[in-house]
This record gives sequence, structure tokens and C-alpha cells, in this order.
Amino acid sequence: MIQGLDVSCGRPLLKNMEALTLDRIQFAFTITYHYLFPQLTMGLAPLLVLFKTLAIWKKDEKWNEAARFWGKIFGITFLFGVVTGIPMEFQFGTNWAAFSKFAGGVIGQTLAMEGTFAFFLESSFIGLFLFGEKSLGPKLHWLSAFLIFVGTWLSGWFIIATNAWMQHPVGYEVAADGSVHLTSFWSLVLNEWAFYQYLHNMGGAFVTGSFAMAALGAFYVLSKKQIEFGKMFLKVGVIAGCLGSIWMLFPSGDLQGRMVAEHQPVTLAAMEGLFKSERGAGIAIIGQPDMEKQQLDNAIIIPNALSFITYQRWDAHVKGLDAFPKDQHPDNIPLLYYSFHIMVGLGTIFIGIMLLAAIALWRDRLYNWNWLMWAIMLSFPLPFIANTAGWMTSELGRQPWLVYGLFRTEHGASPMVSSGNVLFTLLGFFGMYTVLSLLYIFLMLRRIEHGADELGQLPKLEHADAA
Amino acid sequence: MEVIWFWIVAVMLTCYVVLDGFDIGAGIVHYFVGRNAKERETVIAAVGPVWDGNEVWLLATGGTLYFAFPPLYAAGFSGFYLPLIMVLWLLIMRAAGIELRHQLDNSMWHSFWDFVFSLSSILLAIFFGAALGNVVRGVPLNAEGYFFEPLWTDFTTSGNTGILDWFTVLSGVVALVALAIHGANYLAVKTEGEINLRARRLVSLGWYALVALTALSLAAVMNLRDGILANYENYPFTWLIPVAVIGSLIFIKYFNLKGNDKGAFIASSSYLALMLVGAVVALFPVILPAIDPANSLTIYNSAAGGYGLSVGLIWWSIGIVLAMGYFVFLFRTFKGKVKTEPH
Repeated sequence: MIQGLDVSCGRPLLKNMEALTLDRIQFAFTITYHYLFPQLTMGLAPLLVLFKTLAIWKKDEKWNEAARFWGKIFGITFLFGVVTGIPMEFQFGTNWAAFSKFAGGVIGQTLAMEGTFAFFLESSFIGLFLFGEKSLGPKLHWLSAFLIFVGTWLSGWFIIATNAWMQHPVGYEVAADGSVHLTSFWSLVLNEWAFYQYLHNMGGAFVTGSFAMAALGAFYVLSKKQIEFGKMFLKVGVIAGCLGSIWMLFPSGDLQGRMVAEHQPVTLAAMEGLFKSERGAGIAIIGQPDMEKQQLDNAIIIPNALSFITYQRWDAHVKGLDAFPKDQHPDNIPLLYYSFHIMVGLGTIFIGIMLLAAIALWRDRLYNWNWLMWAIMLSFPLPFIANTAGWMTSELGRQPWLVYGLFRTEHGASPMVSSGNVLFTLLGFFGMYTVLSLLYIFLMLRRIEHGADELGQLPKLEHADAA
Repeated sequence: MEVIWFWIVAVMLTCYVVLDGFDIGAGIVHYFVGRNAKERETVIAAVGPVWDGNEVWLLATGGTLYFAFPPLYAAGFSGFYLPLIMVLWLLIMRAAGIELRHQLDNSMWHSFWDFVFSLSSILLAIFFGAALGNVVRGVPLNAEGYFFEPLWTDFTTSGNTGILDWFTVLSGVVALVALAIHGANYLAVKTEGEINLRARRLVSLGWYALVALTALSLAAVMNLRDGILANYENYPFTWLIPVAVIGSLIFIKYFNLKGNDKGAFIASSSYLALMLVGAVVALFPVILPAIDPANSLTIYNSAAGGYGLSVGLIWWSIGIVLAMGYFVFLFRTFKGKVKTEPH
């Protein structure tokens, strides 16, 4: 089963490494690109439900219009998520055949459940939500929005449960042929790691959705195109974004950090850039990992902070990279370190912007403070970057393992697929996704432009006067 | 337990082929049935709300295969590396064709996406047919359970095989014609007037090609490998399947002549399902035959652990009942003929 355990053999390994590296780049590229879309749809889904609920509760058609407008954005984004998502499931088999053979008996469960429970639900009700408002009536249309929300968040759960098993394998046994078999369904589905990772990840998606809504609202207000709806989006986006951003730090970020500290201490050391074990370890705010000298250059450090947040004692002993054998170290420590710091840095900025905006909203100043609306508008790409950096932290931190402590990444690739073939498909994906990006941006800009004209025009004309 | 999961995967695959088959088929006949932009808009509108749900069957089938037979998933997907990645690209293009066409009210935009939708549908049908052909023919699996096939070699079915050879190309053409007829039947059900008549005429003429190709492919299969009919010889009642295939073909023509579009659509659905089941019966219990039979993957040497399969049966049953419910609701909401509103 596990081939090439003998790492010393020169040529064949190099040859394999080449395909392996390309396999890794292709997976990283396609998953990173894919996740730009689901994080927005998972973030917008609860807000759509909120709009539909407010429309029924307040008996105000405005909220239905807002739901229709965001529904169209949701629909296009959902489509891009679907088409870039299919390659993810396929690649387990095409590029990671040895891994699939090893782990399919366990993670096949959660992946198959995603198809059975989430995809059927989402795909049926997205059509009903987008095209069936007239024939469904308000209650069933609300229900379809709600079921889309359930579907997208269920889908998230199954993917997180799959990833959590790779981070923290539970409920399995190694069978005679070297592959893993499931021994406890509930341990897999209710993996402790999955629980904390889910809280943090879905919070991240919610932040993306909130920022997108607030940013578009800010744009409409600033450009004086659609002030009334602009204010609605801004208000909902700021309140949701404020709650979401704080949630990301505490409790979800804190809980997730403790899971890493407990189960992947070497990962914690690498992402914090802690080269040497210390009593009363600090947190590096800034600094560049120097792999040759095994230190942080130009570091600015908050003393004792790492010991405290990890173990709640200022002088606790934290293991540094030097406490672990080299072959257990993540294979790209600087990138892991930067990913983590970018995520945390941006998360802090989000709290700053959104807290300020929430206070301004409360004091009725938000719509007068153009500079703050500019900041909100321009910050819409940042949650996408933060979520991506967060996933890079998680996945780079898992290295050199594909399944933590159990199965190394270098043993996972498809043995018969040559580097030339992987390069061919990788370049194909580059080309395909470049075209998709241009289409998406074009369609979004058009939606935003048209939305400004369409919103508020159909039932009541006075909305247009307000602009 | 392995046998149950074998049939579950086979039934899910059949659902995929019958369901996504009609919207791929609609893409194949897109230009024949829709002669102008307006009519092509009607074709797209007929598949618009349902194609996504249909395609989920592919993902669900893939996921189930992965879960129940991991070594098969590993071998098959890495062995068919190039065609599968191309299938992914085609699926992306097709989805864009269906969903982006109506985003802009511009005739060049419409023309472009019409072309993308139709071309990707045609290529997908050929790829899927060729893929099935590869599975029936057998692949060069090694003792570790892996293989890799280039797109083509010398177009023969023995020795150093490629994805495409005379047999798999034939399978691709059969799939193309069969799905075209299936798609035309669907469009006939969903439309009226000129489009409906054109779809019917297409079924009527295409039917002769389908009969000829079906006969040709069945004859080819029988001469492909020794012992390919062993299951049929051991269990004579399975001969009912090819008989039912012939029956379905006759009913396609019969209902088409009668102008009963729904009947013809059901007949083409049953034709597709029975062709697949017929192939599956011939393979059982092998799921991926190897050129060297000793390396073949069977349901017994590829199944996941027994506990996992038992637990899976519980949640799968619940999930599939729910999915059926959504489908019934979806198709009822969008039932009836498609009418495109004037702009």
C-alpha cells in the first residue's frame, strides 16, 4: 500500500516528487479558487433567509426586493461554486489515488453523505428559489430560501468533517491491506476537531457575506445611486459583520487554536514562528522566519502572550520547533507563518472597521462619515483573503501529513499519472479559471450596475425619487 | 453487502444517465430543434431549472463509488486521468452555457453560449459512451491495482490500449445518438408548435440510426472478449434484458408515430437504463475488468470495510428518500410546457 517508504533512493523519488509537487499545486489552486465562491454563498444564505423573514414579518415588499436582488448574486455565485466544486471530488481519485485507496473507506462516508444530503437539497431548491417565486407563494418561497441555507451549511459540515478527519483521525482501524476502515460512524461525524473547525469556518464565511453586503451598500450610498437600499444593505452588513468578526476571534478562533495546541503542537510552533521552546513564550506580531538561522528576523513580540492564550498561565512552557524531529515539521514553515499572521492581522482589522461602523450606526453617524463607508467598500476583498489564509494555515499546518500522524502527503499521489499529464491539466485549469474569473467579474459588475436601476422601481416609484 | 452496494451504485449511475442524459441530449440537438435564437432560448428554458439537480446524480454516484469501493475509485479515476479532467472542463463549459446565456440581452452573447452548450453536450455524450466502452473492454490494470491510459494508441482493443479505439469510439457514437433521441423526446414533451414537431421528426429519423448502432455495438461486444456472456449463459432469465432493449426501441418508434411524446420519452429512458443494466449484468461481480483477468477489480477485492458499508446503508436509504421527495416537488413545480415570455 504505502509505496516509496525508502526515501533514500535518488532518481525515482525525484521523478515522483515532480508529479507530486504538481499534484499539490493543482489541488491547492483548484480548491483555493473554488472556495472563493462557497464562502460567499454560505455567508449570504442566512442573510437571504433574514430578508425573506423580514418581508413576511414586517409585511414590507422592500425586503423581498432585496432578497431578489441578492438572490441573483447568490445564484451566479452558486453556479460558479458548483462547477468549480465538481473537480474537487474528482481529484481525490484522479490525482490522489493512493490516498483514496488508503482513506476512502473512512472519508468516502462524509463525501458521499455530502452528495446525498446536501447537494440534492441545494440543487433542487436553488432552482425553486430563483425561478419559482410566483408559483410557490411567500411561505414556500421562504422555505426554499431556508432549505438552501440548510443545504449549503450541511455541505460545509460534511467537508469540514472530512478535513477534520485528515487533521485529527478518529473512529478508524488499519485493516490487513494497509487501508483504513471505519469503526465508529459517530466519532467520524461528530469529530471534536470538526466541531471547532466548523464554528470558525462558517463564521469566516458569514464575515465574507456580511462584508460583501455592507460594501455594496456603501457603494450605493456613496455613489448616490440607490440610497435607500444602500442603507439597508449597509445596516444589515455592518451588524452581521460586527457579530461575525468578533465571533472569529472569540470564542471560535480561540477554541480552534487550543485544538491545534493540543493535537498539533509542532504546527502551533511553526505558525507562531516559535523556533525555540520557551517558558513564557511571546506572540510575534511582525517578523520574518529565517530558516537558515532558525529565528525570526525583525521580530516585534508581545511577551508571555502565547503561553497565556494557550495554557492560561503567563509562564507556561510552550514547545518550539526545536522540540520536534525535523521530519515532523511542516514542509513550508515561512508560508504557514505568513498565512496565519495574515489571517489574524486581517481579522483584527475587520473587528476594528466593523466595531467602529456599528457604533457609528448606533449613533446615527454612519451615513455621514464618507471615509468610513469608503473603508467598508474597499475592504470587501479582505475576507476572501483572510479565509484563504486561514485554510492555508490549516492545510500547510497539517503537512507533512495527508492524514495527521498516519499517512504522509508524499505517499498519496496517483502512482501512474506522470508529471507531464498533471502539468497539462494544471495549465488547463489556469486557463479555464481565468476565463471564469473574467466572466464572474463582468457579470457581477453588471448586476451591481443594473441593480441600482431595478431596485425599488417596480412596485413603488417613490423609491427612485429618494435617489 | 458488497452486492447491495454494487447495485446501489449501478442504479444511481442509471438515474444519472437517464436524467442528465435528457439535458445533455437537448444540448446535442440544440441546433436541429432550435432554428433561431428565440427557439434555442426555449430549449435552454426547458432544461434550465432541472439540469443542476440531474448533474448532482453524477456527484452522488461518484461519492458513493468512492465510499463503497475506494480501490476502484482510485484505479478508475487515475487511470482515466486525461478524459476525466476533460469531462470536468466540459461540464464547466456546459453549465456556463446554460446559466450565463440569459444573463445578457445581446444576440452575440446568446450565439456564443448556444455554441458552447451544444458543443460541450456533444463531446460529453461521446466521452461518457467511450468511458463505458473502456469499462466493458477492460483496462491494463497492474498487480497494484493501477493503470494509466493515453487518449489513444493504435485503435485496437488488445495489447497497449488507449481510451479511444474502434470499440470505444463506437460506444461513444451509440451514446451520442441515444442521448440525442432521448433529449429530443424530452424537448418534444416540454415544448409545443414548431419545436415540438422538429423534435419528433428528429426522433423519427434518428431511430433508424439508433437501431443500427445498437445492433452493431451488441455484435461488437459479443466478439470483444471470451466469456463476456458468461453471466447470461449461467442465468438464462437475464436474456430478458436484451429482449426488453428491443422492446424499448420498438416503443420509441410506436409512441413517436402516435404522437405520444411522454410515452416515447419513457421508452427512451428505459432503453438507456436497460443498456446500462445489460452491461452491468455482463460484468458482475467484476467492476473494472483488467486486460490480464488476474488483476481485475471485483466487488469483493475492492469493497470498503463491512461496518462502514452497513452504516452507509442506513443513511443512504434516508438520504435517497429525501432526494426523491425534492425531485418530485421540483418537477411538479416546473411541470407542463415551457413558454418563453416575450422580451
